This record gives sequence, C-alpha cells and structure tokens, in this order.
Amino acid sequence: MQTTYKIRSIKSYRVKRAFLRSVVYVILGACTIICIAPFVWMLLTSVKSTAEAYRFPPTIIPKKWLWTNYTTGLQKANFLLFFRNTAFVAILSTIGTVLSAQYVAYGFSRFKCKGSALFYTLMMATMMLPNQVTLIPQYLLYLKLGMVDTYLPLLIPAWLGGGAFNIFLFIQFFRTLPKELDEAAFIDGASTFKTFIHIMMPSVKPVSLVVLVMSLVHHWNDFFTPLIYINSTNKFTLAIGLQFLNSSMGTTKIGQMMAVAVATMIPVLIIFFLAQKYFVQGIKMSGMKD
Amino acid sequence: MKRLTGLKKRNTINFYAFIAPWLFGFLVLTVYPMLESFRLSLTNTGFAGDGDYIGFQNFIQAFTIETSVLIAFKNTFLYVLMFVPCSLVLSFFLGWLLSRQIRFLGFFRSVFYIPYLTAGVAVTIMWGWLFNGTFGLINYALSFFGLQGPNWLGDKSTALISIVIMNLWSIGNGVLIMLAGIQDIPRSYFESAEIDGASTWRQIISITIPLSTPTIYFNLVIGVIGAFQLFNQPYILTNGGPVDSTMTVSLFIFRNAFEYGKMGYASAVAWALFFAIMAVVLLLQASQRKWVFYGDS
Repeated sequence: MQTTYKIRSIKSYRVKRAFLRSVVYVILGACTIICIAPFVWMLLTSVKSTAEAYRFPPTIIPKKWLWTNYTTGLQKANFLLFFRNTAFVAILSTIGTVLSAQYVAYGFSRFKCKGSALFYTLMMATMMLPNQVTLIPQYLLYLKLGMVDTYLPLLIPAWLGGGAFNIFLFIQFFRTLPKELDEAAFIDGASTFKTFIHIMMPSVKPVSLVVLVMSLVHHWNDFFTPLIYINSTNKFTLAIGLQFLNSSMGTTKIGQMMAVAVATMIPVLIIFFLAQKYFVQGIKMSGMKD
Repeated sequence: MKRLTGLKKRNTINFYAFIAPWLFGFLVLTVYPMLESFRLSLTNTGFAGDGDYIGFQNFIQAFTIETSVLIAFKNTFLYVLMFVPCSLVLSFFLGWLLSRQIRFLGFFRSVFYIPYLTAGVAVTIMWGWLFNGTFGLINYALSFFGLQGPNWLGDKSTALISIVIMNLWSIGNGVLIMLAGIQDIPRSYFESAEIDGASTWRQIISITIPLSTPTIYFNLVIGVIGAFQLFNQPYILTNGGPVDSTMTVSLFIFRNAFEYGKMGYASAVAWALFFAIMAVVLLLQASQRKWVFYGDS
C-alpha cells in the first residue's frame, strides 16, 4: 500500500513539474513576441509606401518593398554627417570615461587620509542627484565660456571621472585586487603613477571593457545633453537629428522616418552582438553589494 | 615614527592627485551649479543672465498662483506611482522565470536586454507609430480580441499610461539585475526547502523574495530617481499634451528655461523637484531597515 502511494505521488509530482515548466516557456515565449514585434513592425513599415502604411486594416507584409525609403530617408536626414558627429562624440566620451573613471577610482580605493571617506560618500551621493538641479547654471557657465554649440559640454564630464557609477564599478574591482600588488611595485621604486599605468590599468581591463561598451551605447543614445547644448544643424548628433526630422516630417513620410530610425539603432545592435559578454558582466557588477 | 608620518603624507598627496579630475568636476559642475541654482531660484533671471533678487516670489508663483506647476508635479507623481511598482513586480517575476534553469537562457537574456539597450529617440518614435490610434499595431492587435483600442497618445486619459507601457517594455536591465540577484542565492536553501516539502510558491515567499530585497531595493531607488525625471517621451511624442496630461516637471523646467528663457523661475521648480526626489529617497532609505535583508554580515 505504502509503496504504490509513494509512486503515484512521484508521478503526479513529475507531471506537475512538467506542466509548470511548459508554463514558464509559454510566458517567456509571449514576452519574446512582445519584445520583438515592435521592431518587426518598424522594419516592415520602413519599406512601405506612405499610402500603404496608412491603410486599414494594415497589410502585414508590404505589397511593394520600397527600399528607396532608406536611400531617400537617410539623405533627407543628413544621416552620414550626423553619424560621423555621433561617432566622434561617443568615441571621445567613451575613451575619457574609461580612462578617467579608473584613474579616479584608484585614488578612492587605495589611499586613505583625512577626508577620503567624506569625499567617497559625496561621490556616491551624486548618483542620486537629479540633473535638473545643476542643469541651468551649468548651461549658463558653458555659455559664458563660449562652449555652447560645441561638443565640449558633452565631452568634459566624460573626462572628469565619467560619472559616479562608472567610478564605483572600478572601485569595486580595485578592492578585490591584493594590496601587495602595488606595494611590491612601490618597493621596486616605481612611482605611484607608474604603478597605476603599468600594474593597475592592465589588471582592471575586464572592467574597462564593460565600461567601454556601456558608455559607448549610452553616449550613442544620449538625447538630453545634445538637445541642450547643440544648436547648429551641421553639429547635430543622430538622436537630435532624428527628433528634428520627426518634428518636421514625422508621420507624413512614416516609411522614411522608420528607415532612418532603424539605421540609427543598427550600430548599437552591432556593438551588443560583438560584446554581449561584457554587457552581461556589467549587469552582474551593477547589482550593488556594498 | 617619522616614516609613518611620511607614509601618511604620501597617502594624502596620492589621494588628491588621483581624485583631482573628479574633484574638479564635482566643484565646478555639481557644487557650484547647485549653489548657483539656489541663488537663481530667488531671482527673476532671464536668458541674458543677471536678474534681480525677488525672494521666494518664484516659489510662491509656482505653487500658489500658477496651476501648471502643480499639474506637472501631479503628472510626475502619477507616472512614478504607476511605473515604479509595475516595473518592480514585472522585473522580479521575469527575473525569477529566467532563474528557473531554463534552456536558451542566453537567447532570452538578449531578447529582454535589447529593448533597454536601444531605448532612445528611434525607439520612442517607433512607439509613437505603434500607438497610433487608427493605423498602429497595438490597436490592430487588440481588434483581434474584439477590442476597440483608445487613441492612446492622442487622448488625455491614456497618454500617460501609454508612456508607462512603452517604458515597461524596456525594463530589461532591471530584469537582468533581478536575475543576477536571484542567482546569487545559494542553491542549498532551495534544496532543503524542497526536501521539507515546501511548494514553489512557498519558496518564492520565504526564500527568493526576502533574499532578493537588496536587489529589489536597488532597483526601487534607481527606478524612482529615473521616473521622477521623465522627459524624452513627453518631449518627443506629446509635447506635454494633450491638455497637459503628459506635462512632467522635467519638461516644464526645460521649457521655461530654454524656450521661455525664465532661468530663475525654472531653477525654483528644479529645486522643488530636487526636494521631492530627496524626500522620497530618504523615506525609502528609512524604510529599508524594516524590509531589506542584508544577511548576517
């Protein structure tokens, strides 16, 4: 009696498990569709004529694939110029962020003195600061210095530590490195700066790569900063160029609009697929455990 | 003894030498602007710069005379209240699903992460098209279920909700942070619960949620601070409308400062926003010891 009871319960347990398993896959499948469908719709719209895009009920697969939306749209949007501008800003900002964040982080994690704890707290507190409260005086300051409508307001913060979050990521990693590493170099007579360059920088390379890819994407997508500081059309980045195009032609040429939007996203997707590993590591690191 | 003080001095010099770039940025781009912003908030400064000291007139104007600031605050709070809880529940739930030792984890991770990664003007414009009342994909999909969708962004009762929905679509980063948090819980806890006959539901309530509270708290604080600053979608898609239903505080500040040139007035509203965010963050921090579990350490 006892044994049959047991077997049955194991069997029903297995059935229940299998059922739950399939529910998990069904939900994840549904979410996959929700995540991907908007992109597919965007792609399909990008090759439809305006007349076809504004048809109800909509055609899913375009009747006529209007690839010229891409050539016309990209030309209208001044895509190549804006692409170059964005790449320039994103690459220079990223280099600045990667270098200055680890430089500053090394100071915070290795040298203790009067005030170092206070500055650490202040640095971490800036993460919570909404940018609206510093925005206007920053703008007026850059205006006074004649830097409005140049890329400097976009680049300068990146070269001054690149934000508390990136500094924090490096600090976390420096803390895991043994102190003997720099002490040995110091005893060998290397200056602190040399130790940083030759010993520390190569050791934090894993974090550098994470910050590199995340910062690149962040600056590629950034909309607010260029919106505030860049006025001349020929200096536009893709984000504000796209918004400009949207407000001027918007829904009248929806196919072309979507074509330009697709083209804007492609570099981000390429970076993601090339460096997936580092993004995943970045997520793991950002789940703060302090 | 002498050597010790020498070491101390060396440490001090090195500390400041290394943090110098950050310290410079902190003083010039954070401390000075904060003080200056407060000073501006007590003046009627316009585009040109110098204005006159007018005391708390800007604050009085903003919170007792003009209703538009209050509307912007109401909309912002409403957005925070709708978006943050939904995003927490959803990201925990999806993070938990992904932690179930499923196959194709890498695939699903990418699928959830890409909407977060691409979030920007292009995706916002895409959502504007998806939410189109007549030709949009969303109402077309709803029509299969016999539902007549609203005019989403064009209707004052649904515009803010539409923005909540599009931002929930890109919470992938939160999902993956939750997943990482759940994966950090030692497997042995679940194994012994299993042996004791605890149901899956019981395990979630008694193990997964309590041990994920630090991650949930992290996502909560980050989410609240971000949500309070909602700007992109209202600016790009609705311009604050229809009938101010998506006018957020950030958009209000931007417009007043950079379109109407009211730098002093905008600074006053910015300080009010800063206080609102700080108040909520401090409240969360105070509540933390009641519900966030940091383990034994």
